[in-house]
Amino acid sequence: MAMAARRLNANRLAVHAALIFYTLIATCPIALVLVNSMKSRSAIFGNPVSLPTPATFDLIGYSQVLDKADFVHYFGNSLIVTCISLLLVLLTGAMAAWALGEYRFKGNTIVALYMAVGIMVPIRLGTVSILKMMVGLNLVNTLTALILVYTAMGLPLAILILGEFMAQIPRDLREAARCDGVSEYRIFTAVILPLIRPAVATVAVFTMVPIWNDLWFPLILASGDGKQTITLGAQQFIGQYVTNWNAVLAALSLAIAPILVLYIAFSRHLVRGLTMGAVK
Amino acid sequence: MADVSLRGVSKSFGKVEVLHDINLEVKDGEFVVFVGPSGCGKSTALRIIAGLEEITKGELYIGGKLMNEVPPADRGIAMVFQSYALYPHMTVYKNMAFGLKFAKTDKEEADKRVRQAAEILKLTPYLERKPRDLSGGQRQRVAIGRAIVREPSVFLFDEPLSNLDAALRINTRIEIAKLHRSLKATTIYVTHDQVEAMTLASKIVVINQGRVEQVGPPLELYHHPQNQFVAGFIGSPKMNFVAGKVVSVDARGSTIDYGETQPIVVPVGAGAANPGDTVTLGIRPERMDEGTRLGMVLSGTVEAVELLGEASYIHVRRDDGTLLTARSPGDSQARIGTKISISTGVDHLHLFDAAGIAFPRVSKADAA
Repeated sequence: MAMAARRLNANRLAVHAALIFYTLIATCPIALVLVNSMKSRSAIFGNPVSLPTPATFDLIGYSQVLDKADFVHYFGNSLIVTCISLLLVLLTGAMAAWALGEYRFKGNTIVALYMAVGIMVPIRLGTVSILKMMVGLNLVNTLTALILVYTAMGLPLAILILGEFMAQIPRDLREAARCDGVSEYRIFTAVILPLIRPAVATVAVFTMVPIWNDLWFPLILASGDGKQTITLGAQQFIGQYVTNWNAVLAALSLAIAPILVLYIAFSRHLVRGLTMGAVK
Repeated sequence: MADVSLRGVSKSFGKVEVLHDINLEVKDGEFVVFVGPSGCGKSTALRIIAGLEEITKGELYIGGKLMNEVPPADRGIAMVFQSYALYPHMTVYKNMAFGLKFAKTDKEEADKRVRQAAEILKLTPYLERKPRDLSGGQRQRVAIGRAIVREPSVFLFDEPLSNLDAALRINTRIEIAKLHRSLKATTIYVTHDQVEAMTLASKIVVINQGRVEQVGPPLELYHHPQNQFVAGFIGSPKMNFVAGKVVSVDARGSTIDYGETQPIVVPVGAGAANPGDTVTLGIRPERMDEGTRLGMVLSGTVEAVELLGEASYIHVRRDDGTLLTARSPGDSQARIGTKISISTGVDHLHLFDAAGIAFPRVSKADAA
């Protein structure tokens, strides 16, 4: 008994050590950004890993960033693009997953396969064609272009994950609803969606983070004035010869905040979503 | 209230035909039980009536109207599922009221019906609870309540008791029978348990491998099974089958040689059978006695004795390898490994031809 308990403790220790190690690797760069964003320029270069002291504490980066009215605007752009893309991915993804899983129709398998291919092939490979398409549609330098691309980018994985969760909902439940005279739309909204809420939260997080952090498509599709997102906006402080590190670090620190709030909002469900099905 | 009528109904999944040409009339107010071994197609038949499976061939009428293409909600049916299929995120009250919202029932009427159903099913204290906070029996009652509030003309039950423990199963069985008496709605009930079928049904439909084997009241199926399958399926323990050969056929019945000392005369008209034909004798365990007192004597070695208190089941292995089960009094002295003779009266014997079809009984008057 005692031996087994000791072995269990050793196991636990090892697991925790590994987890702590990973956490450090993941959070160190972020901590470094946060810490240095609050230091004077000379302190950033002089002693990058030290915490700000009263002597080196300086919020000049933040004031520079916030003084530029554009910056609030970039924030707004990022929020609009992320939120609308997220909404579209979740709504159309859930509907597509339901249709593909529940109804037998011609081309069902083909469409499902097409979606699977979407997961395997990175969307950035199609950048040139996407740009051509956006030029043709007259959507270059609009947030709409970004929203469309991000929706397409998020859909395949969303459909896969939501489809898996929907498949776990017992068939009897949908059929009981059908016998109850509930319309197909109401079965989807009143029975299926409430039951896959954890999965929706999971997909929301997986979809949201890459969109918020993306630099590639804003740079190519919407780099014009007034349409920049926050990640692109932060780049303006990086010059060819001089980089305003205070402002860059402050901008990046600020950019973490909204996504963190959204993450916390979803995370309560996220944990349930990740473990659902594993433990009955 | 409505009749249900299946005419030449077949169902295929891809190339596999699971129901073959089912013809069945269910009269208004009847309690019909579909019974058969698992995988026989009884649930599929029920789901066809509910509208959850499409009909491959044939016609389904409910209340005289063709229902082949009508969606489940418009058929006037309500179904109770084996898994209960309660909406896990809704309270008991909402579970029952959910369907009414879409049937355009006005709020007060819906509320009245839900509370009434809850009263009947003793669910009133639980109306605000979620299904996960209820016991299996309570969940089952909610599922039944959800069906009742829709005031359907046909109730469909798909193995509703198989997830309950034995004691609760008997209770709920009685509740369902009571409910049927008070609602008088046409009811179709699927089960693999022949005891449920016998106790609940006004008419039993025995289904095997997608075909209807026999339709009739419970006791008719027990006393006059049309074939060996029905004979073996209805009754517990299972009917014993003993192979035999026809010696002669005359007005008194048929003389059968069953491999023991002397042939017996069975009061069954073996019709077209000829001397020398292979036949099967069917003997109910409850018609067998220890000893050689009755007309047909069988002997063998006791292989197992099950003491139930009010009765003992004695399993006897005959010399040719067939196993017989006899229902003896509770104080049976049979011991495992000993030789035993058991006997049965010829009046209660069943006789089947080589294809398993029953020969008609010669009535008592004819036999005398």
